Amino acid sequence: MKLGLSTFLTALTVGAGSAVAQEAKGIDETVNEIFANVTGPFVNLIFAPLPFNVAGAAFPWIVLWLVIGASVFTLYFGFIQFRAFRHSIELVKGDYADPNDAGEVSHFQALATALSGTVGLGNIAGVAVAVGIGGPGATFWMILAGLLGMASKFTECTLGVKYRNEYPDGTVSGGPMYYISKGFAERGVPGGKFLAVLFSVFCILGALGGGNMFQANQAHAQISGIVGEYPGWITGLLFAAVVFAVIVGGIKSIARVTEKVVPFMGILYVLAAIVIILANYSQIGWAFGQIFAGAFTGLGVAGGMVGALIQGFKRAAFSNEAGVGSAAIAHSAVRTKEPITEGFVSLLEPFIDTVVICTMTALVITISGQLMVDPATGLYLTEGGTIQTVGGTSGVALTSAAFATAFSWFPYVLAIAVILFAFSTMISWSYYGLKAWTYLFGEGKTTEVVFKLIFCVFVVIGAAANLGPVIDFSDAAIFAMAVVNISALYVLMPVVKKELNSYQSRRKSGEIRKFAH
Amino acid sequence: MSAKLVVGLDGSGSGNRVLDYAKKLASMIETCEVIVVYVIEWSPFSFQTPEENAERHKRREEEIQAANDRVVNPAVEQLKKDGFNARGVVRHGNVADLLDQIAVDEKADQIIVARTSEGGLVQRVFGSATGNLVMHARVPVTVIG
Repeated sequence: MKLGLSTFLTALTVGAGSAVAQEAKGIDETVNEIFANVTGPFVNLIFAPLPFNVAGAAFPWIVLWLVIGASVFTLYFGFIQFRAFRHSIELVKGDYADPNDAGEVSHFQALATALSGTVGLGNIAGVAVAVGIGGPGATFWMILAGLLGMASKFTECTLGVKYRNEYPDGTVSGGPMYYISKGFAERGVPGGKFLAVLFSVFCILGALGGGNMFQANQAHAQISGIVGEYPGWITGLLFAAVVFAVIVGGIKSIARVTEKVVPFMGILYVLAAIVIILANYSQIGWAFGQIFAGAFTGLGVAGGMVGALIQGFKRAAFSNEAGVGSAAIAHSAVRTKEPITEGFVSLLEPFIDTVVICTMTALVITISGQLMVDPATGLYLTEGGTIQTVGGTSGVALTSAAFATAFSWFPYVLAIAVILFAFSTMISWSYYGLKAWTYLFGEGKTTEVVFKLIFCVFVVIGAAANLGPVIDFSDAAIFAMAVVNISALYVLMPVVKKELNSYQSRRKSGEIRKFAH
Repeated sequence: MSAKLVVGLDGSGSGNRVLDYAKKLASMIETCEVIVVYVIEWSPFSFQTPEENAERHKRREEEIQAANDRVVNPAVEQLKKDGFNARGVVRHGNVADLLDQIAVDEKADQIIVARTSEGGLVQRVFGSATGNLVMHARVPVTVIG
């Protein structure tokens, strides 16, 4: 792994060096070409279609894998996402927090940190991609995936806390690699170590893909949309410099400022969406009509109903990361006596991320009328598999155009939001990737710096490459994590069930109760 | 007659004046216990990076250690040397809320604090810890100028 990456990096530096003399556009194209060739086979494997067609359309097996996983956890835990919803909110509010533990990471903080890693471009650009290809109907499947995904999050985050490593100096490391290796050993199931290593490898790729390149790529698209076209590697270098300053230079103040600004950006984004939706209240019924009709008929999109479903599920998984395992790394820092409480808190994450924020984006895009409809048939006009839009936009530019129909200045706010979201997601994922990296190569300053430097290089590649190959690789890497993680969750879900039963009975008996604050 | 005094310190120079007043008051009471409290300002609703979360427990221990070493233990030792019955408490949270809560829990007769040490914008926006304590305390408060 180490050797492979360093060879790849050398090839890249050599490639970049010889390209300096060429025109700026040349560098971007070279990077894009190398990248697409290198990642192609991996992407094809993850998105391979099922051997049979579903409703006449090719169906990637990975989407089925995610749907089945989330459905199994939902049924196994008896619709825990609905039963425990109120209790989750009480936990986040701190009703059950022991005052003597004040000063430790609170449930709210763990949720907020995990959310700032997930709320981001997936909600803005990812949803636009889903709606742009799968039509408004994709929203229905996205919401369903979000609701089911709450059970996957619940399972993985409980395990994340239960099996984390606590070091003598008081710091913690947790995540799927730890619960896979420790949990499998505890249950006497073989192959734990191998799966943990496999997960770590995919987690590193996911960190470099969805957690890094996709962010850099869309941040560049947003900036160049406002100031005009210019080569992507320039944005990449700027971003890489700031990321370097934070993760290698240890300039925490930048990260701290972002962590504080991002939640407000998120709230501002949702408020703006609500204002637009309310201002067009007469169309809300119509928009939901489009969402429902599109969910089951496709309304002319490529692949029909199945096309809408695939897009909805794919983008929901990419946005809320349920079943992927990344949140388990973020949530494991909470010092709670009851690992299950962190599971309860984490199930709010897909709800906020997908059911609330993604739906807002989808509604605004639908209501704004950016998607072109054939007036004669009422079906969406498609070209090359995507729905034609008024300005020929896609991804984050489509969301931007949709918001701009109501507020002409909104693209500027969105640009700042996108940059900050991209940045905070990168910081979060640099940590997730680092944890996987140190799991493989051991903790230590040098190994950590090596990973951080690789991470910065990929910022530049991500900004320079085209959206197509970047989004394919990002999806593939993140879904590869889900393949390993969900397999492990099947093995370990009885552990969570035991924790859940014990906790519920102690809550009933009054042993666990609210603290008077 | 016996009494309990809660003395809130903030680690600034005003601490000596607060302690002097507490000693004076305690010497007038037959049996008196002085509880020296230092509150580390902390909110469960702040935002942190994953790395900060992972290191939080370690930092918390360090913060408590530093508060004990620099502020609370020297004050308690000084009180004991002068013949008073004293002990120290370090907690994380909101200064005004916690001083009041500790005083109520300990059934203290009085809280003694210095006048506000915050200045500028922070004080204008959020008010001062002392100001908030005086307004909301359920136990008599003495503010030392």
